[in-house]
Amino acid sequence: MRTEVRTQGFDPWAEVSRYQTETLGCGTYGAMAAFVGTMRDFNEGAEVEAMFLEHYPGMTEDYLQRLGAKALSLWHILDVLLIHRVGQVYPGDPIVLIVVWSAHRAAAFDACRFLIEELKSQAPFWKKETLESGTRWVEKNTAG
Amino acid sequence: MSITVRYFASLSDRLGRREEAVDFTPGLTVAKVWDRVTSGAPLPSHILMAVNREYAKADTLVKEGDELAFFPPVTGGSS
Repeated sequence: MRTEVRTQGFDPWAEVSRYQTETLGCGTYGAMAAFVGTMRDFNEGAEVEAMFLEHYPGMTEDYLQRLGAKALSLWHILDVLLIHRVGQVYPGDPIVLIVVWSAHRAAAFDACRFLIEELKSQAPFWKKETLESGTRWVEKNTAG
Repeated sequence: MSITVRYFASLSDRLGRREEAVDFTPGLTVAKVWDRVTSGAPLPSHILMAVNREYAKADTLVKEGDELAFFPPVTGGSS
């Protein structure tokens, strides 16, 4: 399992490929489910030019590690990769990558969904949007 | 003989500071720390709290040297 707070941009598909090659042996899994969240250029009726992602150094990393371990204990899954961006991001930039490998599809889908929903409601991250008219904090997450 | 109090995101902007030290006194709870740092402002129900980087409650007891944090609801992931 690897969970990580990333300060620089990343290519989710390169991350998946690298992790899979380095960590999971060929033929060890039968399913892989991935979720990639990217930045939109609109939110609550306004065009968003950029976004700053803040976190709580120490607490956020610990939380993600515990979350990954919880998913591994709740489902029959083989491995978890979770990367979340912080810092300045722009429309189209990946913000979060969650990948789950398992023997069969159901566990991979279910654990992946669990991980993103838990992360969104509990992990200490905050977003500040840059609009044409200035900046504003995002005060609540949108429903799935 | 102090504890560290940290603030994040919009709460940090509103208070105009990110961190401060508060004198420790026996029997101190998270709620009492909030009362002290805001000079008696009520603790908003949506504000989240952590002690030593784990979620805590208003009545969680604080020890000398602890790190407290207050922050608004989290908004990670993509919107």
